[in-house]
Amino acid sequence: MGYVASLDLVAAARAGHTRAIARLLTRAESGVAEARPALDAMFAHAGRAHVVGITGVPGSGKSTLVALVAAAIRKQGRTVAIVAIDPSSPFSGGAILGDRIRMGELGGDPGVFVRSMATRGALGGLARGTLEAVDVLDASGFDVVMIETVGVGQDEVDVARAAHTTVVVSAPGLGDDIQAIKAGVLEIADIHVVSKCDKPDANRTIADLKSMLILDLANRPGWKPPVLPTSAATGEGVDALVAAVDAHRAALEQSGEIATRRALIDERRLLKASEELLRDRFERARDGRVASLLAAMAARELSPHAAATRLLAALPQGETA
Amino acid sequence: MESPERIRVIIAKVGLDGHDRGVKIVARTLRDAGMDVIYTGLHRTPEEVVDAAVQEDVDVIGVSILSGAHMTVFPRILDGLKARDAGDILVVGGGVIPDEDCAKLRDLGVKELMLQDTPPADIVAMVKRVVAERGAR
Repeated sequence: MGYVASLDLVAAARAGHTRAIARLLTRAESGVAEARPALDAMFAHAGRAHVVGITGVPGSGKSTLVALVAAAIRKQGRTVAIVAIDPSSPFSGGAILGDRIRMGELGGDPGVFVRSMATRGALGGLARGTLEAVDVLDASGFDVVMIETVGVGQDEVDVARAAHTTVVVSAPGLGDDIQAIKAGVLEIADIHVVSKCDKPDANRTIADLKSMLILDLANRPGWKPPVLPTSAATGEGVDALVAAVDAHRAALEQSGEIATRRALIDERRLLKASEELLRDRFERARDGRVASLLAAMAARELSPHAAATRLLAALPQGETA
Repeated sequence: MESPERIRVIIAKVGLDGHDRGVKIVARTLRDAGMDVIYTGLHRTPEEVVDAAVQEDVDVIGVSILSGAHMTVFPRILDGLKARDAGDILVVGGGVIPDEDCAKLRDLGVKELMLQDTPPADIVAMVKRVVAERGAR
C-alpha cells in the first residue's frame, strides 16, 4: 500500500480493513489538515461503540487488566479495540510504548485492535488525538473501545469526559484511607477495581475504598460504583468486571444518563478543539514578535502581563484552517 | 501547529530468545532521538509481530535476535507483511547473525542488519535514513 489520501481510507476502514484503520489513526494522531474531512466522516459514523476508560497509577496493572477484559469480551463474541497511552519524553519528544507487552495473548485475532499512542506533552492522562482515534475505531465497527490512560497521579481526570464508563484501578499497598478520601481521580470511577487481589494487603485497599464510597454524602441517586477485586495471576474477578461494565452501560441507557454523558463528552471535545485551534493560531501569530517583547521586559518597561496583552493583540481574528 | 508524523518503530523479540538487554538499549536510544518506539516484549511469533506492526502503522520493524533462528524468523515476517499488503513497512534487524546469513537476508528484503558493537548513533542514523529513502506515505 503506497500513499492513499485520507478520504479514500474511510470506506476501507469502515469495512474493517486493518491497514486503512491504522493509517487513519496515524493521521488522527498527527493532526494533519489533509485528514480533517476523513476524520469528520468517521465522527459522523461513530456513536455506536461502548467507550470504556481504564485509569490508575503507574504499575497498578492497567495494561494487564485491559488484556484480560478484552479477551473476556472476545469470548462473548464481541469485538474490541484498545487505545493504550504512554508518556512522551519531555526532553526528546520520543516515547517508549510498552502497553503491548502485557497484551501478547491478544495477537492474531482480527476481532482485537490494539493501538499505542504517546501523550506528546498533553496533560490529563490522554493524548491529543485520542478521541479522534476512538471515533475511527468506533466507526470501523468495534463493539467496545477501551482507552487505557497513562499512569496517572491524583489529578488527571480527562478520561471521565471521554468514556461512557470509567474504571479506576487501585493496587494494594499504595496508601491509606486518607488517600482514598482525597479529591481527584478516585471520584471519577463508575467502577473501582482493586488489582493484584491475590496479595495479602488487598483486603485493606478494598475496605478503604468501600468506606470512602459510604461517605459519599452527595449520595447521587442511581448507579453505585462497585469495588471489584481482580487478579491477573488467578483470573479472579475479570468476568465480574466485564459484567459490571455492561451493567453500567445498561444503567446509563435505562436512566437516560447516557445522553447527558454524551453531551458532556461533546462539550469537552468542542472546547478542547477550540483551544487547540486558538493555540495554533497563537503559535503562528507570535512568530517573530516574542524577541522585542522580551527585550522590553528585560528593561522592565513591560510587565509579563502587559507584554502578553500586546502579544495577544496581534492574534488575527476569524476563520482558521 | 501541524505536527509532522513522527517516526514509529516497533522493536520485537521473536521466539525462544530471552536476551533483551540490547533491545532495551536500542529502544531507549530511538526514544531519545524523538521516535515513538513500541516494544512487543519477549517471545512473540513472527505473525504477532506482523499483526502488531500493521495495527500500530509503524515505519520500521526492528527485530532483535540472538537465538540463531534468524533464517526462520525474518522470512516469516517479510512474507507476513506482503500477505497483509504491508510491504512498505521496512524490516531491519540486529543481534548475532553470521555474515553469510546477513547477505541472504538482505537479498530476501531485510533492509539493514546491524550487529554487535554498533554505536547507538549509527542505529538512529540508519532508521532515519531508511525512512527518508522510502519517502512519505
